[in-house]
Amino acid sequence: MARTYLTRSAPETGEVERRRWTFRHPLVIRITHWVNAVCLLVLLMSGLQIFNAHPALYWGSVSTFDSPLMAMSSTEDDPPKGVTTVFGHGFDTTGWLGSSVGSNGEPADRGFPAWATLPSDQDLTGGRSWHFFFAWAFVLNGFAYLLYGLVSGQLRFRVIPSADQIRHFGASIREHLTLRFPQGDEAKRYNVIQKLTYLVVLFLLLPVQVLAGLAMSPAMNAAFPFLLTLFDGRQSARTVHFVVAALLVLFVVVHVALVLLSGFWNNMRGMLTGWFVIERKVEPAGAAEERRA
Amino acid sequence: MSRFPSRRVLLTGASATVAAALLGGCDRLGNAAWFQRTLKTGEDANLFVQRLLLTEQALAPEYAEADISPWFKPNGTEDPPDKDYKALAMGKFAKYHLEIGGLVEAPFRLSLADLRKLPARTQITRHDCVEGWSAIGKWTGVPLADLLTRAKLKPEARYVVFHCADTMDQGNPLEGGGDGAETDEAAPAGNANPAMTKQAGGNESRKDSGGQQASEDTAADGGSPVRYYESIDLVDAFHPQTILAYDMNGQALPVSNGAPLRLRVERNLGYKQAKYVMRIEVVESFAHLGEGKGGYWEDQGYAWYGGI
Repeated sequence: MARTYLTRSAPETGEVERRRWTFRHPLVIRITHWVNAVCLLVLLMSGLQIFNAHPALYWGSVSTFDSPLMAMSSTEDDPPKGVTTVFGHGFDTTGWLGSSVGSNGEPADRGFPAWATLPSDQDLTGGRSWHFFFAWAFVLNGFAYLLYGLVSGQLRFRVIPSADQIRHFGASIREHLTLRFPQGDEAKRYNVIQKLTYLVVLFLLLPVQVLAGLAMSPAMNAAFPFLLTLFDGRQSARTVHFVVAALLVLFVVVHVALVLLSGFWNNMRGMLTGWFVIERKVEPAGAAEERRA
Repeated sequence: MSRFPSRRVLLTGASATVAAALLGGCDRLGNAAWFQRTLKTGEDANLFVQRLLLTEQALAPEYAEADISPWFKPNGTEDPPDKDYKALAMGKFAKYHLEIGGLVEAPFRLSLADLRKLPARTQITRHDCVEGWSAIGKWTGVPLADLLTRAKLKPEARYVVFHCADTMDQGNPLEGGGDGAETDEAAPAGNANPAMTKQAGGNESRKDSGGQQASEDTAADGGSPVRYYESIDLVDAFHPQTILAYDMNGQALPVSNGAPLRLRVERNLGYKQAKYVMRIEVVESFAHLGEGKGGYWEDQGYAWYGGI
């Protein structure tokens, strides 16, 4: 049974077409999507700026300066080399991490390079201002999305796999790996891997990211000591915040790649105007046999 | 091979150009006064919401002796260049007096020996630098609430200001004469980190904290010397864990950590924990002090509220 109540067909044009217009993304979803995109980008880059103030990660309550989990530094050489140490193993990351060319063209001692941070120059307080403002925007936007999603039924439709999808889990994975995207009615809903990914991002990564951020605040530690228990200390929370940020970057990279591969303009039109074209599943005679061969 | 750049090269080039333009745009936006004010509303919201969430008595987590960091990283000033401070330190602070004045009915002065005779509080707490690192230390000192109660605040009192001994490198350390060379070498200007080290130990700290090219800048304006100062409101001032500490980890506070007396205002970041406290002034507003933002680092753009 195809669920169609969330997609509606465009006015009939009379011809029985191979392309069918469907209304896929309601206004609230479109707005919150783009606000979220801006927030995530700013939070990432201002977060790297804040990280650069002390480019090292630890586990537990305090910083064990002699034995960080990960640290970026520069050598005394001329020009300096950038060194990134992960679990005690050092890597030469000159030009990328530890030492990179700043906006004045000179090599600078900095964790992440100028092009990746906001502001681009070393400016901890600037980074904090951006980060806190967009953290509020991100959280409020997220609540708006969740509230709308729950009330409208969109959230359930978008992220909860249906029984038939779970049954065909293996087939979905094969389709994904071979980059064959669903057509016809099947294209009206997200596939099972998409749904599970959104589920993990929405209800695991993003909440953990917010909680880990709050756990770094000394005042929040006084108000909610369980935050420290949850993450095993403030420095662990900082490490988790960094790792989850990296996972979110991974999510966005895959998301954007799939947007490009599965029909860039159609996807963009969908997220800008709401209207999405679904290609009719037209099976030329003999196609089934061909595939079997 | 085609002599035209491939589509991939073109696309990469185009995206890099767009990204650079966006970045430059963000930097320009970040420098615009109206946008800075807008961004700062995020930090205003932090204060507002955290004050709603925290009861006045909610305590910062306290730790066990075993959790104490073997090395409590000193930060900011590690050895005040000021002649008068050096003289005090030379005499083991026997001539030190803490002054309490401003909007109080009964201003008074206390020597370090007097302070040590007053009821004390000991707490093992975590120190969180705005840079991101943490250390745990054991602090013993006089609850600020006791001193303020004794001084009797006037009704218009709203903030408690801590005036410190250490001259920051922003101005010319007029009184630091003898050791001028030491103070000239590093001069945080503009947007340096509150955590960065300003004096001789600076090089060592730079290695810890990676890129701080700001320390290579020289003091831009030869304005009047600026001494470190900080301010807190009465909620934090009367908090049971807010103490003026004279001992760290069971020993007299070392000079690098703020001898003879430093503020511990738990539930706040490191730059609020003023070191080398000489005078406490109760005020109605801090607009007339420094650049009017309520503290040395606040005057450099950092948020007055240090709870996050």
